[in-house]
Amino acid sequence: MAQVTMRSLNKMYDEVHAVKDVNLDIRDKEFVVLVGPSGCGKTTTLRMVAGLESITSGRVLINDKVVNELAPMDRDIAMVFQNYALYPHMSVYDNMAFGLKMRKFDKPEIQKRVREAADVLGIGEYLKRKPRQLSGGQRQRVALGRAIVRHPQVFLFDEPLSNLDAKLRVQMRVELKKLHQRLGTTAIYVTHDQVEAMTLGDRVVVMRDGWVQQVGDPMTLYNEPANRFVAGFIGSPAMNFADVRIAGENGGLWAEGEGIRLKVPAHLDNRVGAYAGKPVTIGIRPEDMRVARDSDPPELNIPAVVEVVERLGSEILLDVAVGSVTMVASVEPISRAKVHEQLQLAINPERLHFFDAETEAAI
Amino acid sequence: MATIEAVTPRVYAGTPRRGPITRLLEDERWLASFLLMPTIVLLGLFIAYPFVKGVLLAVTDTRVGIPGSFVGLANFEKLWHDDIFRVAVYNTFLYTFVTTVFKLVLGLWLALLLNRHFRGKAFVRAFILLPFIIPTVLSTFAWKWMFDPTFSVINWMLFHLGMITGRINWLGDPDLAIISVMVVNVWRGVPFYAISLLAGLQTISPELHEAAAIDGARAWNRFRYVTWPLLLPVTMVVVLFSVIQTFADFQLVYVLTGGGPANHTHLFATYAYQIGVGTGLLSEGAAVSLAIFPVLLLVVIIQLVYIRRVETV
Ligand SMILES: Nc1ncnc2c1ncn2[C@@H]1O[C@H](COP(=O)(O)OP(=O)(O)O)[C@@H](O)[C@H]1O
Ligand SMILES: [Mg+2]
Repeated sequence: MAQVTMRSLNKMYDEVHAVKDVNLDIRDKEFVVLVGPSGCGKTTTLRMVAGLESITSGRVLINDKVVNELAPMDRDIAMVFQNYALYPHMSVYDNMAFGLKMRKFDKPEIQKRVREAADVLGIGEYLKRKPRQLSGGQRQRVALGRAIVRHPQVFLFDEPLSNLDAKLRVQMRVELKKLHQRLGTTAIYVTHDQVEAMTLGDRVVVMRDGWVQQVGDPMTLYNEPANRFVAGFIGSPAMNFADVRIAGENGGLWAEGEGIRLKVPAHLDNRVGAYAGKPVTIGIRPEDMRVARDSDPPELNIPAVVEVVERLGSEILLDVAVGSVTMVASVEPISRAKVHEQLQLAINPERLHFFDAETEAAI
Repeated sequence: MATIEAVTPRVYAGTPRRGPITRLLEDERWLASFLLMPTIVLLGLFIAYPFVKGVLLAVTDTRVGIPGSFVGLANFEKLWHDDIFRVAVYNTFLYTFVTTVFKLVLGLWLALLLNRHFRGKAFVRAFILLPFIIPTVLSTFAWKWMFDPTFSVINWMLFHLGMITGRINWLGDPDLAIISVMVVNVWRGVPFYAISLLAGLQTISPELHEAAAIDGARAWNRFRYVTWPLLLPVTMVVVLFSVIQTFADFQLVYVLTGGGPANHTHLFATYAYQIGVGTGLLSEGAAVSLAIFPVLLLVVIIQLVYIRRVETV
């Protein structure tokens, strides 16, 4: 049972305002991921929850109890560090047992818990080795083991997979997810990788420059990004953006830009209508574009010139020039589009995004 | 044979002709010896030759101006019965042991303090090094004044604090004298410990301390289970150097007490100097110096074996 709450959390280093007014309510058993570009304050936020960094202003609560002044050891949390931070002079067994020893568990209990954790993580045969004698993936498991033997209230992860190679990272990601489903311990997970965030998080917190941009479950972030930053950060390949102007004509609204003239879908008329005559940014995800057929209505097509064709097997990515901007469209693998070919791309009107050109907020 | 001779020039046809020295140096065995030459010459000239010369001297009855002849171990036998030599041996061990303990404890303490973040850290670090960089003889003379019965600033302070009524003759009393010498040695030696151990501390990732803090280790346990074991290899090397230097220390005692009062504060080195150079009994002085050798050899062997063990575990 553990909720973690952050109230108006701020962190000032001498010059840098690293974390700005963060408010979060993390529920019991929830897996929450903080994601954002490097330097956006994720680690600092996590370290304030851990008690490794002093809190400039605001509060951190664990189970409704303010823990601002509690030492890390008294917060009943466990943390997995990016570089594992294993004790190099201790065996794998001692690394995992250390926290229990310090908390004065008796020997049989320590042995039982370390065994259990080692079995779950598949490192039972390495217990006598030193960290130096393990591969990166094995060290990562030991670091996880050290965290889970204590049965803490909250797990804190700081980019735990970023030192692994791509394949191992995917594998460990799945294992982490399983581990969480099995243990049900509340977890806060920091990463700069939006794929990791989307796959692991029950909810995802997108941060930028110390501010929280949006909090939501992965599909909400994907389908209803709160602003242009979130829209561009979540999803790969990234969303395409184009600057347009809203014009009213023939009882409908049109988004007109360089090389673009799209009819605004009727269900958006109310919201977009307020921007008539003003500049906005439209956002189109690569998978919401396809090569147009004759039956597609021309007012939802964009003319484009193919610049690069990337064949990924399950899909083909077309890098195209639309006016002066470059866009990426993900099209069916059977497409025969060729470089320099001129074609029409059909837009899925249901999934068109509009952003205020000034505030970048979603319209 | 004829074919080989015909082929060989062709193989080298593309490469420019090289002189005999160049060709010799391309052979790794020759190159290695060549590169080792300066070191071997220096070591031979300044370490091996004096050492061998010392051994040869110690088994003769050479004095200044008198070549002397072979006397076997007579010099060592004489030392065995020499009371001052015994005091010097006792002093040297005591001096080395006590000062090493104090230097290690104080140095480690300072290093731990300096490893924290605070304002003016760089300045304090530089400041700490002062005793180490001032020439020993200079700083020791300053101490000599501080210990002087008449001009002692220490006595002056104690007097004005009301803790003493008379004058303490720091260097005149045998026990106080050896203590005073040790104090100066600790004062001079602590910076080396502090800075070396600080360098060692800085190689320990702060994340380990954070992990240990989260694991529930309080400050003392973090030191005991994380800092100390990880610092141990560095500590061993520092202690090794320091023990060797302290064991063969000369300047401090020579300047402060000259071995007095009444030969009560001699160390190996000062006694060897007094006999060998002061009195002119070169061979006996050499014998005193050589008497340190087995001890130092033992220290070096023990510690090197230990360091190797730590490194290979
Ligand atoms: N110890 C520190 N002193 C000063 N500035 C820091 C310190 N740690 C982090 N920062 C700054 O705070 C901001 C956020 O850092 P961090 O939380 O590590 O970002 P992230 O983990 O999202 O990459 C960065 O601009 C970084 O330079
Ligand atoms: Mg970080």
